Amino acid sequence: MTLRIGDLSRRLGALTLLTGILAVTGCAAPGDLRGTNDLGIIIERAKGAALVVDTTARKPLGQVTGLGDLSHASAVYSRDGRYAFVFGRDGGLTKVDILTRKVVKRVVQAGNAIGGAISQDGTLVAVSNYKPGGVKVFDSATLDLVADVPADYGPAERSKVVGLVDAPGQKFVFSLWDGGEIWVLDMVDRANPKLTKFENVGLNPYDALISPDGRYYVAGLFGEDGMALLDLWHLDKGVRKVLSGYGKGEQKLPVYKMPHLEGWAIAGNLAFVPAIGHHAVLVIDLLTWTEVGRIPVHGQPVFVMARPDGRQVWVNFAIPHNDTIQVIDVPTRKIVKTLTPGKGVLHMEFTPRGEEVWLSVRDTDTVMVYDTRTIEPVTSFPADKPSGIFFTDRAGRIGL
Amino acid sequence: MPKTMVLALVLAAGTAAAAGPTPTRQAELNHLLIHDCGSCHGMTMKGGLGPSLLPQALVERTDDDLLASIVEGHPGTAMPPWGPLLNPGEAEWLVRRLREGAGLK
Repeated sequence: MTLRIGDLSRRLGALTLLTGILAVTGCAAPGDLRGTNDLGIIIERAKGAALVVDTTARKPLGQVTGLGDLSHASAVYSRDGRYAFVFGRDGGLTKVDILTRKVVKRVVQAGNAIGGAISQDGTLVAVSNYKPGGVKVFDSATLDLVADVPADYGPAERSKVVGLVDAPGQKFVFSLWDGGEIWVLDMVDRANPKLTKFENVGLNPYDALISPDGRYYVAGLFGEDGMALLDLWHLDKGVRKVLSGYGKGEQKLPVYKMPHLEGWAIAGNLAFVPAIGHHAVLVIDLLTWTEVGRIPVHGQPVFVMARPDGRQVWVNFAIPHNDTIQVIDVPTRKIVKTLTPGKGVLHMEFTPRGEEVWLSVRDTDTVMVYDTRTIEPVTSFPADKPSGIFFTDRAGRIGL
Repeated sequence: MPKTMVLALVLAAGTAAAAGPTPTRQAELNHLLIHDCGSCHGMTMKGGLGPSLLPQALVERTDDDLLASIVEGHPGTAMPPWGPLLNPGEAEWLVRRLREGAGLK
């Protein structure tokens, strides 16, 4: 092919122009593209906002506002790790795009809510409500209502609902605080939800969790010592009471903050759970569901969370001991370190593989990052009354 | 100890401390009210696991009754006795704050 000079210069001109365009637009794109698996949100409870954070850079990327009353708030993630569904006290369910840091959609679906869960396939988001008591299920794409399950028990009574989790088989499992029941909601056919109820499971279930494999649902009981256990592989066997004797003969202390069971610390065959009304962490053998040890701690535990590798368990406490964190070494079951990050340590979250843990310290308006190997602070940054911390790796985990 | 006796003591001590909490302590108590009471009753006091504590929700309750709830709690429910963390004048001050409308707006 022959090429005339005029042609060539035209082509070169076009090429230069094209390169110029690439420099302006195309080349900017790789810098904007990013994954989300090292991101997360931190609730700023008094402001109705959330910080989007980067756990690699260890800093906030920006703030999302307009999330309502977040006195008690939690979040789950879409299965692509891009959208956070934030559940607020005011019954608000807000879908947040953490990449653009914008509210995609918000519905106020009840008067008073406590938490939520996302289905196994990621298509449904469920919210547990105090008022009116029950569970509502929404389409995760549109936030359109899919199912409404009032927590009716006894004659004309409605219960507050707690301990809502997702379970394999497109199920949601939750507990009735007032009713003392555990319900399993099967959403395989979203037009015809199937409900299985277990009555008389114990007095005032206050929260619940599901084992990381999605098999065991365990509700803690506020009104009595012990926990209610449901094996989701064998619903026909019903709910049984375990650990009934753990506080026997001891005076219970006043409980100034309801413990949480989310992120129950499971390390090997052992589970570490807060003892209600006692300054103790209980060690439970998961093969026999019996107490095999009790670790005296600084105050009444609120969150008892295992580092992802199960080697350490970190514990925070209820007021008046909420300035302290204790770290338990799992093999020896001994407290290896007592930290005082500041008053109002409300929550902690491990990075996906556990090399660091982030703590929200409400009263000092600070988020602190600790190295879990040295148990020393790495960095900190300001946040307005920070509470729950939720990293996106929750997207891939059952029951969170 | 009978309930009436506890109350009598509380009220007597409260009168003795009529000056009320210092401004520093008031700030701490406000914080306690919003964030710790707010954990169950909502930071706006509209209710949660515990009932609403908005002024209009408390019209039927006497000051003594509210004071007793704060100091002694409600055994058998999730409401703990806050007496161990407060002195009597402080509990009275909290009742006044609730009457005024203490929650976040």
